[in-house]
Amino acid sequence: MASNTQDAAHGAADAAHGSAPGMPQLDFSTFGNQIFWLVVALVVIYLILSRVALPRIAAVLAERQGTITNDLAAAEDLKAKAVEAENAYNKALADARAEAQRIAAETRAEIQAGLDEAIAKADEQIAAKAAESEEAIAEIKAGALEGVKAVATETAEALVTALSGSADKDAVAAAVAQRTKG
Amino acid sequence: MGKIFFFAVLALVVVSGLIFAPAESKLAIHPMDQFIVQPLFGGDHVSWYTPTNVTLWMGLAVAAVFALLVLGSSRRAIVPGRTQSVAELAYGFIYKMVEDVAGKDGVKFFPYIMTLFMFIVMANFLGLIPMSFTTTSHIAVTAILAALVFFTVTIVGFVKNGAGFLGLFWVSSAPLALRPILAIIELISYFVRPVSHSIRLAGNVMAGHAVLKVFAGFAGALGLFSFLPIFAITAVYALEVLVAFIQAYVFTILTCVYLKDALHPSH
Repeated sequence: MASNTQDAAHGAADAAHGSAPGMPQLDFSTFGNQIFWLVVALVVIYLILSRVALPRIAAVLAERQGTITNDLAAAEDLKAKAVEAENAYNKALADARAEAQRIAAETRAEIQAGLDEAIAKADEQIAAKAAESEEAIAEIKAGALEGVKAVATETAEALVTALSGSADKDAVAAAVAQRTKG
Repeated sequence: MGKIFFFAVLALVVVSGLIFAPAESKLAIHPMDQFIVQPLFGGDHVSWYTPTNVTLWMGLAVAAVFALLVLGSSRRAIVPGRTQSVAELAYGFIYKMVEDVAGKDGVKFFPYIMTLFMFIVMANFLGLIPMSFTTTSHIAVTAILAALVFFTVTIVGFVKNGAGFLGLFWVSSAPLALRPILAIIELISYFVRPVSHSIRLAGNVMAGHAVLKVFAGFAGALGLFSFLPIFAITAVYALEVLVAFIQAYVFTILTCVYLKDALHPSH
């Protein structure tokens, strides 16, 4: 069908120009038509582009550029804020650490003081107890020596009496005292 | 190189078609039929206002530009979707080209250059749809595009620089004796610009499409071996997709170069 019409057109064109397979491009009778419609098409495209399409696309591109710039600035801002926050955090951490160390040292000193006091007290008590005990031991020792002297004198008197019939109490006592002294 | 090969094939086919056409009626190749300008609603006469296939496909190109650049960007999204990305890509591509090639003061011609680029690229790609009509394959169309550029550049050159624009033809870095000769050469090359500018675009598009049609004609005639021309069509079509974009790009960047000459004519 299409080829039929084309053939017919071809025939018509041939008839019109009397050339066999000539170039339709050189058929000057159609030039006016082509030029007219070309000018119409170009004017319409120019109006479409200059009135609507190009300003709109330019606006979209500018808007996008602006958005990108703003976003970059905002990102820079946020980054600075993040750095600031990190610094604050580090500072707080260092402060807390120092405070903790201070408290620990204080506590340690307090405990040490209490400990020292308790040790001193205990030493004092121990010293007192030791002195008391020494006193008691000395007393007991003295008591024991007295007892020994008395027993020795009595024993010596009894021995002297048994051996010689009578005993000079004072002489015996003196002799015992002499002996036990050494 | 590939282009030359295809031109050779095209020439061979046309010649062989002329020689063998009466004997081999099956090989009926009319590679140029696709370029015929026809009225859309019947009739033979094509006057300047008749709605033709030219009207249809130029209208579709306008619609495609509108769809891509206006509908595509209608959401004005900060994070663009697919269509909006392509629209922004096209905008950035041409804007950067104008700024880089023509300079900062060329930027006020950006809507004009964008119009040329979008029209050519859309017309070229629409022309790649099978059975479509390629408006940019016609010399009449590309000649008007090139003439618009030529006159714009010339007028801008004289308005901006006055007689200083003629310095474009006076190569002050060359020896004095050579300058008049160079001036003639520069003058000729200046007036040849619109010719090469227009024929480059129309010629490339037309040749590619004609080659496609020639191979398609072979495919119809070869029967079992038609896979060969079909493979060739696929390859040429891929090339044509490239050409469709590259020719639009070349046309636009040359416009920028000419504009640069007009704005800064010193050599």
